[in-house]
Amino acid sequence: MTAIAQTESGVPSSTDARPILDCRGLEKSYGDRRAVAGVGFEIAAGETYGLLGPNGAGKTTTISMVCGLLSRDAGEVVVNGKPLTPSSTDAKTAIGYVPQDLAIYPDLTAKENLTFFGRLYGMARVDIRQRSKEILEITGLADRADERTDEFSGGMKRRLNIGIALLHRPSLLVLDEPTVGVDPQSRNAILGNVEALSGAGMAVLYTTHYMEEAERLCDRVGIIDEGEIKAEGTRRELVAILGEHDHVSLDATGDLTGAARALASLETIAEATHRESGIDLILANASRHLPQILETVAQADAEVTSVNVVEPDLEAVFLKLTGKALRD
Amino acid sequence: MKNAFIIASKDLMRSVRDRSAIVTAIVAPFALAFILSTVLGGEDGSSLNVTFATVDQDGGPVSTVLIDEILPSLEQEGAELVDAGSVEGARRMAEDGDIAAAFVLPEGLSEAVQSNEPAEITVIADPEAEIGGQIARGVAEGFAAELNAARLSIGTVIASGAADPSEIQGLQQEASDVPMPTRLVKSSAGGRQFDSNTFFAAGIAVFFLFFTVQLGAVSLLQERKEGTLARLLAAPVSRATIVSAKAIYSFVLGALSMTILIVASTFLMGAQWGDPLGVAVVVLSAVFAAMGLQSLVATLASTDEQAAGYGAIVGVTLGLLGGTFFPIAQGPGLISRLSFVSPHRWIMRSLGELSGGAGTLADVLPSVAVLLLFGAITGAVALYRSRSLVAAS
Repeated sequence: MTAIAQTESGVPSSTDARPILDCRGLEKSYGDRRAVAGVGFEIAAGETYGLLGPNGAGKTTTISMVCGLLSRDAGEVVVNGKPLTPSSTDAKTAIGYVPQDLAIYPDLTAKENLTFFGRLYGMARVDIRQRSKEILEITGLADRADERTDEFSGGMKRRLNIGIALLHRPSLLVLDEPTVGVDPQSRNAILGNVEALSGAGMAVLYTTHYMEEAERLCDRVGIIDEGEIKAEGTRRELVAILGEHDHVSLDATGDLTGAARALASLETIAEATHRESGIDLILANASRHLPQILETVAQADAEVTSVNVVEPDLEAVFLKLTGKALRD
Repeated sequence: MKNAFIIASKDLMRSVRDRSAIVTAIVAPFALAFILSTVLGGEDGSSLNVTFATVDQDGGPVSTVLIDEILPSLEQEGAELVDAGSVEGARRMAEDGDIAAAFVLPEGLSEAVQSNEPAEITVIADPEAEIGGQIARGVAEGFAAELNAARLSIGTVIASGAADPSEIQGLQQEASDVPMPTRLVKSSAGGRQFDSNTFFAAGIAVFFLFFTVQLGAVSLLQERKEGTLARLLAAPVSRATIVSAKAIYSFVLGALSMTILIVASTFLMGAQWGDPLGVAVVVLSAVFAAMGLQSLVATLASTDEQAAGYGAIVGVTLGLLGGTFFPIAQGPGLISRLSFVSPHRWIMRSLGELSGGAGTLADVLPSVAVLLLFGAITGAVALYRSRSLVAAS
C-alpha cells in the first residue's frame, strides 16, 4: 500500500489555534454500567491522539459518540468549530471514520462504494469521479476499481475501508483499532499511512490496545480504563508518571496469581499483576529488591525463569495507573 | 431527503445485482400464479380446464339426462366432453392422461332405475388428475343422490298404499321425464367474484408482496451485520433519513413488483383486474399496509436471518388466513370472520370487487381505509421500535 497523503485537503493549517476536535465531559451508560464517564480531550490539526486501553475500556464507545454513531448521555463534541448534535449533521462532514470491522458493500465494486459514500457526503459528481480516482490510485486499487469487493483480498478490503473515509477530504480521521486481526505487512502499511496523513496536516484520533502502536503514532496519548481517562500527555510526560520506578517483567511458571498477590503486599512494590506466562512489577530501585522478589515468588509456589528490567514505557504507565496489564 | 433516495437507490441496485429480490418480487410469484392458473384454471379464466369422457351403454332416459342436461354444465365451465366409445377406450384415455375422468353408464341403467333395481354409474379417473377425478365423482354422486331421492318418493307412495299400480307407473315415468334439478351454477355474492386466472394472479401477488416489502427492514439489519450501518451513521445523514431510505426502498420494490405482476398477468394469463385507478389505489395501500406490518415484525428480530424468518411466518399465516390461496369467505364461519384481521383479506376483497370491471374506486374505499389504518398503526409502532435498530451495535 502506498502512502496516503491528502492533496487539496480541507485540513486547516497547523497554525490555526482552534482544535479540530474538542470533546468534553462525554458520558454514556448502559443500564447500571457506566461505559464512559466524563471523557474529554482536544486534537489539533496535524496531531495524532491515541486512546490507549484494554478491550472494554470505553475506547469504541468514546469514538462512537465523537462520530455521532451513538447518542451521549452528557458532554459535548465540537468538530471544526461545529457542534455535533443528534439533529445537526454539519459537523459530521469534517469526520472520516474507519470502523474496526470492514464497512464496505460486498456486492458493489470499489468505485461504486466510493461513489455512494461520496454522494452521501454531498460531493459533486465530477469531484467524486476525480477524488475516487485519486483514492483508488493511492490505495493501490486502481486496476481493480470495477470489481466487486467480495472478490478482494482482506488487505485490499482494509485499504478500501480506509480510502472511503478519506474520500471527502475530512479534517479529522477517526480510526477504531484498525490493525486488529490484520497481518503484519498490512498493519505496517496502515501505520505508515496514518503517519503520512498526520504529516499532511490531518487531525487523527486513533484507538488501540497495542502499546507499540500508540508509542509509534501518537503525539499525545490518553490512557483510558473503565470509561475514564486516567492520564493524558506525550509519551515523555506519561512515562514521567513512573518517576524513579522501574518496570520489571518476570517470566515465571507455577501459581502466578498467588505470587503476584504476595508481591503486591510488599511495601517496595508499587504495582504487581500477572499475565499468562509471567508477572509485571512496578517498583523503585528494582535491582536492589530483586533477591526479595525472587524469594517471595518461590515461597508462593512459583518459579522465575527469567527477569527483565524494561525501559519505562506506556505499558508500565498503564500498569502503574490501573494496576492492570494492557492485555487484560 | 436527497440522501434517503441515494441510500434507497443503492439498495435497489444491490437488489438487482443480488437477483434474490427479483426472484422474490417478480419471478417466483408470476411463475407460481401461472402454474396454479394453468393447473387449476383455464386459459380463458374459466374454472375448469379438464376433459371428461362418457361411455353410454345405456341409451335410456337416465343416461340422456346426465349426458344432455348435467354434463353440459361442465362444458360451460370450460371442461371438454368427449365420447370414449367403450369402457376399454375410456380406461386407456384415462391412463394416457388424455381425460381427467370418464362417466360409464352401463347397459340397463335406466331400466334398473325405473324398476327400483340396484344400479350404478362408474367413474374411471386418471389417478394424476386428482381435481378432475373429484369433480367427476362429485357430479356422479350428486346425480345418483337425485335419482335415489326420486325413487324414495315413489317408494313412499307405494308403501302408503295410496296409489294403484297404474298411478305408480305414471309417477315413475314423470320422475324420469322431469329435468334434473342438479346444475353446476356459477354464483357470486355482492359482485365480488374473481375469475380463476385473476384470483391466482392476485392471490400470489399479494402473498409475495409481504415477502418483498420486508426486504427493506431486513436490509437495515443486514447493514448492521455488514458494518456499513456504522458508516452510514457516521456520514452526514440522520437516523430518520436512514429509516426513510429503507421505507422508500420497500415501497418502490413492493409497488414495482405488484405493477409488473398485474401487467404481466393481464397480457400473459388474461387476468382481469378491473378499474386501473381503483387497482392502483388498492395496490399502493396494500404496499403501505404490508410495509407497516413487516417492518414491525422485523423490529422484533436481532439479525437479518431472524427477521426474514419471522416475516415468512407472518406472511404465510396471514396469507393463508386472508384467502390468497383459496377463497376464505367460503370457509367455516369462525375462520371467515377471523380472516378480517389479516390485511391480505382486505386486499383480496378490494381486488375482487374491482375484478372484471365489476367495481369502481368508490366501492373499494372502505377496504382501502382499513389497509391505510392498518399500515399507519403497525408502521408507527415499527418506527418507534426502530430506534434501537438504527444505532451503532
